[in-house]
Amino acid sequence: MLENSVETILSVKNLEVVLNKEKIISNLSFELKQGETLTILGPNGAGKTVLLKTLLGFFPYQGEIKWRADVKIGYVPQRVPFVRDIPLSAEEFFELKTKKKEEIKEILKIIGFGTEILKKNINEISSGQYQRILIAWALLGEPDILLFDEPISGIDISGKETIYQFLDRLKKERGLTIILVTHDLSVVYKFADYVICLNKCPVCQGAPKEVLSPETISQLYGQEVKFYEHYHQH
Amino acid sequence: MNTIINTNFLPILISGILVGAVAGYLGSLMLSRRMTIVVDPLSHLALPGVALALLLGQDISLGAFLFLFMGMLLIWFLETRTGLPTETVIAILFSVSLAITFLFLSEEQIEKALLGDIAKIGFKQAIVIVSVCLIIFLILQKIYQKLVLINISEDLARAEGLRLKKYQLLYLLTIATMVALSVKYVGGLLVAGLTVLPAASARSLVRNLKMYQIFSFLLGACSALLGICLFKITNLAVGPLIIISGLFFFIISLIFKKIYEK
Repeated sequence: MLENSVETILSVKNLEVVLNKEKIISNLSFELKQGETLTILGPNGAGKTVLLKTLLGFFPYQGEIKWRADVKIGYVPQRVPFVRDIPLSAEEFFELKTKKKEEIKEILKIIGFGTEILKKNINEISSGQYQRILIAWALLGEPDILLFDEPISGIDISGKETIYQFLDRLKKERGLTIILVTHDLSVVYKFADYVICLNKCPVCQGAPKEVLSPETISQLYGQEVKFYEHYHQH
Repeated sequence: MNTIINTNFLPILISGILVGAVAGYLGSLMLSRRMTIVVDPLSHLALPGVALALLLGQDISLGAFLFLFMGMLLIWFLETRTGLPTETVIAILFSVSLAITFLFLSEEQIEKALLGDIAKIGFKQAIVIVSVCLIIFLILQKIYQKLVLINISEDLARAEGLRLKKYQLLYLLTIATMVALSVKYVGGLLVAGLTVLPAASARSLVRNLKMYQIFSFLLGACSALLGICLFKITNLAVGPLIIISGLFFFIISLIFKKIYEK
């Protein structure tokens, strides 16, 4: 309908990523328009994190990745270990990215923190708080798009909102485009405009309600993969 | 033992304090996980360089720097290009450098290589040392926050557009320079103590990065000051005295921490 009037923020064509001689991603093409939420769904080892990092330019690839010119990207990695060996306050962590104190305060408000968190040593906060700090870090500098690798489920923003409701609010209030890597099917149904089911190559892609069927999901995860995941949950 | 003329004391003291301070400041970066690994083998790599310089009658810092620089490139190369565990590389380089040192040096020279040689520091040398220290300090200030970010998460640093290799190489260069300077005061074996002790003490005392930097710098300076003064009084080897002074501050910091935590 209005599709042509909305700007394309990212277009990927025939993407292929080979790392250590192993083909991690192949034959992937998609387009993302401003304000859309794209979820990448798939089992462990399917190449989801690699896809995000390739989009960020960390890995060599074949095919085409085209970002809108001057695009600003915020990135929340899957794992950022606690900073145990250097004393660092939350404020100093933010200052590694920007010196604008006002902006830091504003982002804190959005993410549901008071300014008292700034003086805290980043070592002494909970892992939920740490993830929120990382999200706040990613939101500094007013990114056009947020790349989010597997949010820890069960984190509440300001006690009322789940992380997904929060992302949805950001999207509506700020017109933020989001690429979200997740395991969680319900998230895909509720919040995504577009889903890519990835297991090395795309198994299905499109609007969640149209492409996610019991068949595609079992094709994506399969019996063996489920078994594998249980094994790793200890 | 080193005996120095009274007129040399002031240049030794001033340049020593500055080397201690900047080494401490640099050490505050080295305490982090990935970065400690490089320090130790590096200081040992300085030994054959010092040995060669002593044999040729050259400045030991110059010899140390040359060997450190080559050693670093080697470690950097081995780490990025081969799957060889760093510990293995370190063990090999360490024993080989010690072997070479002991093979060619006289007993007196070995003492200089292992414990330092400050007798030759006069006003001119002190000026060179102080200037190099200041340059290294300025470079470190420029790259400090970026290195902290890289240390927290390479992914975050890359997403910020940092060229990791550039910063890592700059960091290694500053280490090589400071180790080469430190060799004069504490010798080839004790350098790690000069860099790591002040930072370790600072870490028990503070809760944020700024204070951590300031304390590492000051404690490094204090260790050198105390060590060199003790040397003036006792005429024992200056290198070990500086390190023992560093240890003294470390113990005090631990006591402070205990009291504070209660």
